[in-house]
Amino acid sequence: MKLEKEKAKHLAELARLEVSEEEAAEFSHQLSEVLDYAGKVREAPVEGVEPTIHLLPLTNVFRDDEVKPFLTREEALVNAPRREEGFFRVPRILEEN
Amino acid sequence: MNYETVIGLEVHVELKTEAKVFCGCAARFGSEPNTHVCPGCLGMPGALPVLNKKAVELCIKAGLALQCRIAPFSRFDRKQYFYPDLPQAYQITQDDLPLCTGGKLKIVNPGGEERIIRINRIHLEEEAGRTYHSGIGATGYSLLDFNRSGLALIEIVTEPDLRSPAEARIFLEKLQEILRYVEVSDCKMEEGSFRCDANISVHPAGSQEFGRRMELKNLNSFKAIQAALAYEENRLGSLLAAGTPPVQEESRGWDETRGMTFFMRPKEKASDYRYFPDPDLPPLVIAEEWVEKIREDLPELPEEKKNRYMKEYGLSAQDADLLGGSRETAEFFEATLRLYPGEAKTVANWVMGEFARLLNLEKLTPAQSKLKPEALAAMLQMIDAGEISGKIAKTVFEEMFYSGKSPREIVEEKGLVQISDESQLAALVRGILAKHPGPVADYRAGKTKALGFLVGQVMKETKGKANPGLVNKLLREELEK
Amino acid sequence: MELSTLSLKEIGDALRKKTVSAREITGVFLERINRFNPELNAFVTVAEEEALAAADEADHRLARGERVTPLTGIPVAVADTICTKGLKTTCASRMLANFIPPYDATVVSRLKEAGAVIIAKTNSDEFGAGTTTGYSAFGPVRNPWDKNREPGGDGGAAAVAAGLAPLAVSFDTGGSLRRAAAFCGVAGLKPAYGSVSRYGLAALAPSLEQIGPLARRVDDLALLYQVLAGPDPLDATSLPADGPGRGGEELTGPAASGKGLRIGLPREYFTGDKLQAAVKERVLAAAGIITGEGGEQVDLTLPSTEYALAAHILLAAAEASSSLARYDGVRYGYRSPEAADIDLLYKKTRTEGFGSEAKRRILLGTLVLSAGSYNDYYLNAQKIRTLVIREFAEAFTKCHLILTPVTREVPGRAGEERSPLRQYQDECYTVGANLAGLSGLSVPCGLVDGLPVGVQLLAPAGREALLFQAARTLEAAVGEFSPPILRG
Repeated sequence: MKLEKEKAKHLAELARLEVSEEEAAEFSHQLSEVLDYAGKVREAPVEGVEPTIHLLPLTNVFRDDEVKPFLTREEALVNAPRREEGFFRVPRILEEN
Repeated sequence: MNYETVIGLEVHVELKTEAKVFCGCAARFGSEPNTHVCPGCLGMPGALPVLNKKAVELCIKAGLALQCRIAPFSRFDRKQYFYPDLPQAYQITQDDLPLCTGGKLKIVNPGGEERIIRINRIHLEEEAGRTYHSGIGATGYSLLDFNRSGLALIEIVTEPDLRSPAEARIFLEKLQEILRYVEVSDCKMEEGSFRCDANISVHPAGSQEFGRRMELKNLNSFKAIQAALAYEENRLGSLLAAGTPPVQEESRGWDETRGMTFFMRPKEKASDYRYFPDPDLPPLVIAEEWVEKIREDLPELPEEKKNRYMKEYGLSAQDADLLGGSRETAEFFEATLRLYPGEAKTVANWVMGEFARLLNLEKLTPAQSKLKPEALAAMLQMIDAGEISGKIAKTVFEEMFYSGKSPREIVEEKGLVQISDESQLAALVRGILAKHPGPVADYRAGKTKALGFLVGQVMKETKGKANPGLVNKLLREELEK
Repeated sequence: MELSTLSLKEIGDALRKKTVSAREITGVFLERINRFNPELNAFVTVAEEEALAAADEADHRLARGERVTPLTGIPVAVADTICTKGLKTTCASRMLANFIPPYDATVVSRLKEAGAVIIAKTNSDEFGAGTTTGYSAFGPVRNPWDKNREPGGDGGAAAVAAGLAPLAVSFDTGGSLRRAAAFCGVAGLKPAYGSVSRYGLAALAPSLEQIGPLARRVDDLALLYQVLAGPDPLDATSLPADGPGRGGEELTGPAASGKGLRIGLPREYFTGDKLQAAVKERVLAAAGIITGEGGEQVDLTLPSTEYALAAHILLAAAEASSSLARYDGVRYGYRSPEAADIDLLYKKTRTEGFGSEAKRRILLGTLVLSAGSYNDYYLNAQKIRTLVIREFAEAFTKCHLILTPVTREVPGRAGEERSPLRQYQDECYTVGANLAGLSGLSVPCGLVDGLPVGVQLLAPAGREALLFQAARTLEAAVGEFSPPILRG
């Protein structure tokens, strides 16, 4: 399958990546080659086969409703690129989601 | 031209768990920012979710209370989008295999008509963190607190069965009442543990096709919900009447101060959230026995309670509704009734009257108050035995409410025991009659109203402790001699 | 005494006899690291201070006669994709160049409990996405056999082969650990899915990957595996204590005969024209050694092999796109300095923080999971996975273990330009174990052109004892061989 350059740009946008025109062209070229190969999954004899959504036959793996304190506030924030009064700080959010 | 309104709701409810849904952090409101966090709810590399069993049980409980079908097989998916309050850039939620489907809730609309509102689904998911916006314009920034990130949340989605803003409000109030009742959630709108987005459309009456849908967001009180829906209903009606129906589906906000909705953004044709099953979480297999066990633990629901109160205790619909509507009130009422052999109506009157008044005054719930059902039952028995008067009882009740003491203690401490000694009272009565020849003459002249005055004088003399029935009897005997 | 070449048992004996201290052992390896790592670049971080402190602690334990394990006082190199509390964990990415986790991965806790000394954090491709370490933000690892050859997708094998650490812990999403073991001439195990906790491993493709051990000897590999494996309440996909593969069987011991052992050789793994003839020859010879006298080779067919790699490429990318979404510059890690609003912050941070292969997988994965492609790509790939699982299960009723090559060729030239698809195809023999959750053990079976060749042994969960036994048989026959640098 050919992955158009515009499509590569759109995917980058969805994944919050910036790509230049050249990068978009390169990604589109490389991924087209990958999809040409991987696209064969559509031709596999999988009629009536259930997808393997979970590899292990495990179900109902729970934890009890118990509080277990983990990090101190300092530990939580120590890697923060920017912090303010116990909060993580980020630049303005333009559009309310 | 007449228009019809169609409303559907999406209600988010935070579950009453001790810990978060996928980690052991405390699920607590109002703490210092970022004090209940771990690698999991901060989205750090390598952290893995492990599901809180209680959260699953509460979601099933909500489903049972709303008469949903509980899915025998259920699973978690990742809903992927970028927002700074979403630490993993995906929310763990349930897409195509939710825990509960197909429920219903009965309401009585303002026209007195019974309506069945269908529930499409209830699914379990995780809450996002909180964002606080600071500053304005280019210098603006946001602060993030992840204490809320990962709280257990359910989303309840209704079918578009509501037909007016008032119905929507009644539905939500009823929903809140039930979820509190079964102790699934505190449902505090002011703390955000009960939130609602509403979808509304308006179309010409009789038309088979619904109008374009508007999604109203960030509605944080029942009043706001009803007002925003009413505003929107009106706006859409006017647009239709003017022949300019809305051209696109929109997300709209509610401006509380100006009392109007405003455009936020066009509703994209279903954003591509790239859902896929979360590989970190094995699926849920909900056995029939587990569901039955949860069902057995379910308290009697308000609707059932109301009917029983009317049938068993002969209470009016209104009284039954009031008593049955709050779980704590109902429990107090029933506990008292178990200890008190007299009339249910008597207990009901005290609970809805004095008790409700004092609770309201002190902003307490029945369980928080010092007054216990044992005390109320004992007091009622003292009234029946003629040990205290109804009037004194009010004083005793208030004292019990504030001090938590037993009625007998209070009566003894304050010397409030009713005077029922006939010879003692007879002497008092004779004294009063001697002091008030005027009213005595009036009574004897046929002005029987004078009796009331004389009773009052005896009560005054005894500081209300005289047995009023006995006083009445003795006065009459003396006056009619 | 050449400490760097001793087995765990030998070092352990020396420690208990007090002929050497844990501090001395760690010192020897630190010295070798200082000497050889600059050219090999196997490590991102060397934890000299922490390692010496841990070694001292081990010495105290030994001095007080407290409980010791085969790993007490033994240096271990841990992949830099595995979180170590208080020790920088970069995932070989610019994104996490300064990230210091406030928590230990479960395997790290288990290593520490066993008294192991965490000596360094190993280099790899960024977040493990790649097959040559060429995508590390900190430069590629060199193969200790020939510095102009690629070392496989993980620095742990190179470190162990070069004697910079006696043991290493790494992870395997499609074969990087096993390929690195094969290319560097050491033993490596991708454990059965769920047998080792993933808690604390920076996820790339959570349904495919497992943390596993690397060692120069099969017995050492088994000892390390036994420390790593076990149930973990922090990982919901970890097999419970009573599950398969938790039997607590003896995994070490003398080589046994191949009597009664049936080894399956899947046709599809030996027929491709890209399989180097000399490699094929070594691998088939290994099969002969393992079955020996009284064993049996079973001809197998695994028809879905044709689709397995395609499915793996799509699933690995889909999961990677989701796993890597959290790196957004908000709470930790790299943040682009020039972002005036949140959307720019996301884009600049992710664009500057990720390298090209991570980006490629994110784009591909985003496509795979998009509404329009989900059924075609994601679901079909998962259905193929079902076929792969079924075929392996069926095969394991006919044989005890399956034997295949690990790689098609000997290590390629370092820095060779190859398209992403060609690189993905490097893993054609190893992805099956990831798709089906099998144990996959890579063990050296000889040299071709002076470069090591590995053989892969596959087993279902629960058959680990047999797996290690077969590997030991081969090891005993092939004999030890090591790169000149080990003796240097």
